[in-house]
Amino acid sequence: MATMQKSLQNVMNWVDERLPVTETYEKHLSKYYAPKNFNIWYIFGVLSVFVLVLQLVTGIWLTMNYIPAGDRAFASVEFIMRDVEFGWMLRYMHSTGASAFFVVVYLHMFRGLIYGSYKKPRELIWILGMLIYLALMAEGFFGYLLPWGNMSYWGAQVIVSLVGAVPFWGEDLAIWVRGDFNMSEVALNRFFALHVVLVPLALIVLVFLHILALHEVGSNNPDGIDVKATVDHEGKPLDTVPFHPYYTIGHDLPAIVLFLFVFCAVMFFYPDGGGYLIEHPNFEPADPLKTPELIAPVWYYTPFYSMLRACTYPLFGMTAKFWGLVVMAGAIAILFVLPWLDRSPVKSIRYKGKASKVFLTLFVISFFILGYLGTVHPTPMKTALAQLCTGIYFAFFLLMPWYTSVETTKPVPTRVPD
Amino acid sequence: MGGGLKNLLLVVALSCISVQVCGAGSNYPLMRMDPDLDDKASLQRGMQTFMNYCFGCHSLQYQRYNRTARDLGIPEELMLKHLIFDPDVRIGSLMENSISEENAKQWFGAVPPDLTLVARLRGGRDINNRPDWLYTFLLTFYEDTSRPLGVNNLVFENVGMPHPLVNLQGLQQKVCKDVPQLAENGGEMRNPLTNEYITENLCGSDLIARGISPLQVVEGTGQLTPEEYEVLVYDLTNFLYYVAEPIRADRERIGIYVLIFLAILYVFTRLLAREYHKEYH
Repeated sequence: MATMQKSLQNVMNWVDERLPVTETYEKHLSKYYAPKNFNIWYIFGVLSVFVLVLQLVTGIWLTMNYIPAGDRAFASVEFIMRDVEFGWMLRYMHSTGASAFFVVVYLHMFRGLIYGSYKKPRELIWILGMLIYLALMAEGFFGYLLPWGNMSYWGAQVIVSLVGAVPFWGEDLAIWVRGDFNMSEVALNRFFALHVVLVPLALIVLVFLHILALHEVGSNNPDGIDVKATVDHEGKPLDTVPFHPYYTIGHDLPAIVLFLFVFCAVMFFYPDGGGYLIEHPNFEPADPLKTPELIAPVWYYTPFYSMLRACTYPLFGMTAKFWGLVVMAGAIAILFVLPWLDRSPVKSIRYKGKASKVFLTLFVISFFILGYLGTVHPTPMKTALAQLCTGIYFAFFLLMPWYTSVETTKPVPTRVPD
Repeated sequence: MGGGLKNLLLVVALSCISVQVCGAGSNYPLMRMDPDLDDKASLQRGMQTFMNYCFGCHSLQYQRYNRTARDLGIPEELMLKHLIFDPDVRIGSLMENSISEENAKQWFGAVPPDLTLVARLRGGRDINNRPDWLYTFLLTFYEDTSRPLGVNNLVFENVGMPHPLVNLQGLQQKVCKDVPQLAENGGEMRNPLTNEYITENLCGSDLIARGISPLQVVEGTGQLTPEEYEVLVYDLTNFLYYVAEPIRADRERIGIYVLIFLAILYVFTRLLAREYHKEYH
């Protein structure tokens, strides 16, 4: 036994001299010290990685039977659903996984928002995270066209036509994006290439950088305390525990199983989610001559779609559609500069003042209302409500430099409270 | 007088198929249809009706004969003999040998849609995707001489197809019916002396608003009684519900085992996690 251990050690030494395997393992897992006061909000990062892997694996297997051709794509999805062994399971895992991805990513972002995880020195982590979010939105959008159902077709048609609102070059730009005068097989083929190669690659690289940046500065925690400030005689931060195995097995493993329980409950019993996860018009093939009664994007885009539709006035010689595009892009762009909008001396909402709490609450409520409004037919009342909520959404960010600097904050303890 | 009341109640009973409010497309309230994938006999009867009355025009191009035979418990020889009318078709083929596109365009001006997924396309948002729309659609064809094919439909206005089951159901017509008047408190009004219903003659949307069908079969035009026809439509809808997602029953069955497994796994991972927590506190 002892000799075997010794020879194993020799092998490891041989490898380590050429590739820093042990060092990497220690830096990112066994000697990565994470604050000991993580709570439930801290599982969504791990779950995001878990769902990413799930999507990559199921995606690879779906690609084996999917055919990106205008006259065969829809039938190939039904072939997967009916004739491929457990094809239905792969497909539902992938379609449910897409929504699950956004659920965990939204919750992960919200965690960052409430505990100030974007604040110095974690600005780059936040920006990389936002790039992941952008890539994810692109990935979802490209993937949604692939089943070539009627909602796939018209959803893509509506979103691509937004490009047409760009002044001067709009129409040419839209044709360039589609590769045709209309949505057609040309767009289907390029969306397929982007969905299965380019964007996943970008996602993997960005996630890698996101984690690398995180491990460089260390994790934030619910109290926003700088745990690296208090160390023991060996230089190990006192209020931390090694990420592996304390968090991996002691925290994340049961959480992943719990997540899988909810995920499987949806996937096996309610895969179309009442038309929110798989929209019913997508059960008929793409038809350029037949517009669905209501074109609504999948739920994870609806808050931004609402903001787009909320712009109803032409201004400065530009169409309302153009301003809608600007507002929608602005709503996402403004998230990127969040680290510089927050002037509070404290990180966590626990120690911030009343104004921050009120604005955050209003922000969350508006985001949900916008999300709902994006799934229904607009009426004058609903459009007015969407405009109000869009206003609140932007006020949360634009007024942040003011309300975070004038409000009274609570003192942050230097040690994590037991 | 008594005879009049009896007639009235009969009319109400026959025409009042429990209607509940939940619109889809048209505003006609859909009738509830709870499908039952375990009822193999119903699915088999539904397939029989489909192959005899619908398949001439509507294909099921994503579904295979042998898959259907297996899932519905029909021996392949029986299916070949009684349900596949095209001698060139093999048992493993897709069910796409209905009318040709050219003929369809020539005869009807449009290609009748493939119906493999119609139950999901028109399905409810509930957890069972109840095919209420399809069920109600098949029950609410009525005579409309202004339409090219002589019929119209209550849930699919100006539908471009004939009523293929008219010989079974009989021809329905839009009628006005004598129904009890409603008091202000919502109760049905009666004559305080004779205790008989005080009725009013309602038509169209007023009847629908009261939960009563505005349609009535012209006597002697149908081979089936209204009850028999409802069963036939139930079976047909049940079959289309199966075809839209043939794996459904299996998926739910497997799902139960998966959830039980995960519940047990959760307990063990939780216990394991507790051991690690102890070590650090």
